[in-house]
Amino acid sequence: MKTSVFAAVSAIALTCAMPAVAEPQAEVLHWWTSGGEAKSVAVLQQEFADNGGTWTDMPVAGGGGDAAMTALRARVLSGNAPTAVQLKGPAIQEWYEEGVLADISSVAEAEGWADVLPASIAGHMMCEGTWCAAPVNVHRVDWIWANADVLEANGIAMPTTWDEFNAAADKLAAAGITPLAHGGQAWQDATVFEAVALGILGADGFKKAFVDLDMDTLKSDGMVAVFDQMRKMRGYVDDNFSGRDWNLATAMVMNGEAAFQIMGDWAKGEFLAAGKAPGEDFLCASVPGDGFLYNVDSFAMFNVDGDDKKAGQDLLSKLIVGQNFQKVFNLNKGSIPARVDVALDDFDSCAHLSAKDMNESSDNGSLLPSYAHGMALRGAQSGAITDVVTAHFNSDMSSADAVNMLADAVANSM
Amino acid sequence: MTEWLERHIPKMVLAPSFIAILVFVYGFIAWTAWVSLTRSRLLPKYEVEGLIQYERLFASPRFDTAMMNLFIFGTLFIIISMVLGLLIAILLDQKIRTEGVLRTIYLYPMALSMIVTGTAWKWIMNPGLGIEKMVRDWGFENFSFDWVIDPDMAIYAVVIAGVWQASGFVMALFLAGLRSVDGEIIKAAQVDGIPNWRIYSAIIIPSMAPIFLSAFIVLAHLAIKSFDLVIALTGGGPGYATDLPATYMYAMAFSRGDIGQAASSAMVMMAVVFAIIVPYLYSELRTKHD
Repeated sequence: MKTSVFAAVSAIALTCAMPAVAEPQAEVLHWWTSGGEAKSVAVLQQEFADNGGTWTDMPVAGGGGDAAMTALRARVLSGNAPTAVQLKGPAIQEWYEEGVLADISSVAEAEGWADVLPASIAGHMMCEGTWCAAPVNVHRVDWIWANADVLEANGIAMPTTWDEFNAAADKLAAAGITPLAHGGQAWQDATVFEAVALGILGADGFKKAFVDLDMDTLKSDGMVAVFDQMRKMRGYVDDNFSGRDWNLATAMVMNGEAAFQIMGDWAKGEFLAAGKAPGEDFLCASVPGDGFLYNVDSFAMFNVDGDDKKAGQDLLSKLIVGQNFQKVFNLNKGSIPARVDVALDDFDSCAHLSAKDMNESSDNGSLLPSYAHGMALRGAQSGAITDVVTAHFNSDMSSADAVNMLADAVANSM
Repeated sequence: MTEWLERHIPKMVLAPSFIAILVFVYGFIAWTAWVSLTRSRLLPKYEVEGLIQYERLFASPRFDTAMMNLFIFGTLFIIISMVLGLLIAILLDQKIRTEGVLRTIYLYPMALSMIVTGTAWKWIMNPGLGIEKMVRDWGFENFSFDWVIDPDMAIYAVVIAGVWQASGFVMALFLAGLRSVDGEIIKAAQVDGIPNWRIYSAIIIPSMAPIFLSAFIVLAHLAIKSFDLVIALTGGGPGYATDLPATYMYAMAFSRGDIGQAASSAMVMMAVVFAIIVPYLYSELRTKHD
């Protein structure tokens, strides 16, 4: 029915030889293929179709987006870029510098994105003053998750300083419970590292070290203290952690084998899927220290030919940042909306806490990009830091050596 | 006409594959060499900047570890596979009754992909699931076998899995070699009352020299291009303790958007392969001229 109407409309348009209004087309490259994520994309797909667009899905799974990036590289080099691509952080600007991103400022200005997005998140969506990407969600990375029963049975409150955390962990270890559930994969080591770094260096120190790559901060005594705390964290992890996936670590917290896990709010999805209730079965809190580390997924628009594809980009950008999609998508994904004016009534208490902290930290300048999840630095630099973090965590390297290695690795990655 | 065809058909038939190899092997080697001299990041760039990528490569502790691991893994993998393969071949060569069955059992690991081998051994060697847990459950509480999570020992765990996979294949090579030795010589030696081990060490094994060389070349290139085994078994970890040059190159090219660095590590890998293959080719070609 619908297609025949379109066919009729386009036939009339053709016979009148008038410039037809192009039907929005979008080919979307993404790597959201697992259960909850695929459902979230389907929401967008449906909304796009309801607004008269034709969506061509191009999901490329594997390697946490590595496979999708390889596909993207091939498409761009052959001069046939997809309409929209799931990209995030400085990778957006990196592709912009290759001269392949489109300008979506007209949509962004018409929709007033600048007023509804937190300034530092909006900054990631801009390429030299023009809008080039649309944010989908905000994951908070610096969460600490805990098993409520285990904490209660051992008389422990949620720690608010790293000293309290260490005291609680020692107590738990003495009681025969693994204090920290952790998986020995480089990105998980880096996730714990940046949470510790935010607590010990503070928001300013974190920004200097992992956004500005300030050599003095990277070599400072504060950084030595961060590695000292990482060495302690290593002692709180069970012996069998190597190569463990993050969701298995979450399961350890769920069934009481372990007390805490430091992980982004995608871990919440695991708890909820297992039928656990926030505040009752499991607790969420920000890690000790002030600040908010975000991991924002976004779609970048690539240069394409044809009015139908350009119309598709405009429609897609508008829908992505639209209130309805931001709400439905983030309810599915476990994150919070990137725009601050979405009603959060249907969200759980952890999401409320996340949204409140995001607004506060946005005001006082401690809303910071996560380095471990590719928001703060380009691949070469963040990879170099992760190499050092994971080498230190998995050996008996001293903190002083680690700091020197860190500075050398960062310098060498430029 | 037929004479012309006879003269030119071989050339015409070979031409497509010759051109394909020229472009897709040597052409791409040249392309990689060029890119390794540039500052390419996300996409390849073509302005030559000198040896900067090689300087970065050799300043990187991770690449140091990768080269050291290649050396340890390569040496142990080749030596142990050859020794084990030869030993099994000699034992199977004793005209035993179930030889067919045993030979198949030893050869089967080669039929598996390295990913399967790596995943299976990851579980077997995992302290919480595999051998360590089993022996401890038997009552030996102090037994410990945690190589796969120990950064100093993890590369040896990779060697175990690699040897398990390859030694059966080496056995098959050697068994064929043992069978090809002229039976008359062996019988003559037996008539002279020479003990069995002496027959093997002084007659059979020396006459198998070409087989040793083939086995060495096959194992050496398996070792250098090893990638899937490490990815499946340890993922390069703990930390980057089991990184090999191939996994380093993959990380640089596909995860970090550092194509120049990936190209330079690929060139170093190729240099290692050449260091092994060229002497072999040289000796092969020379013997043919004689």
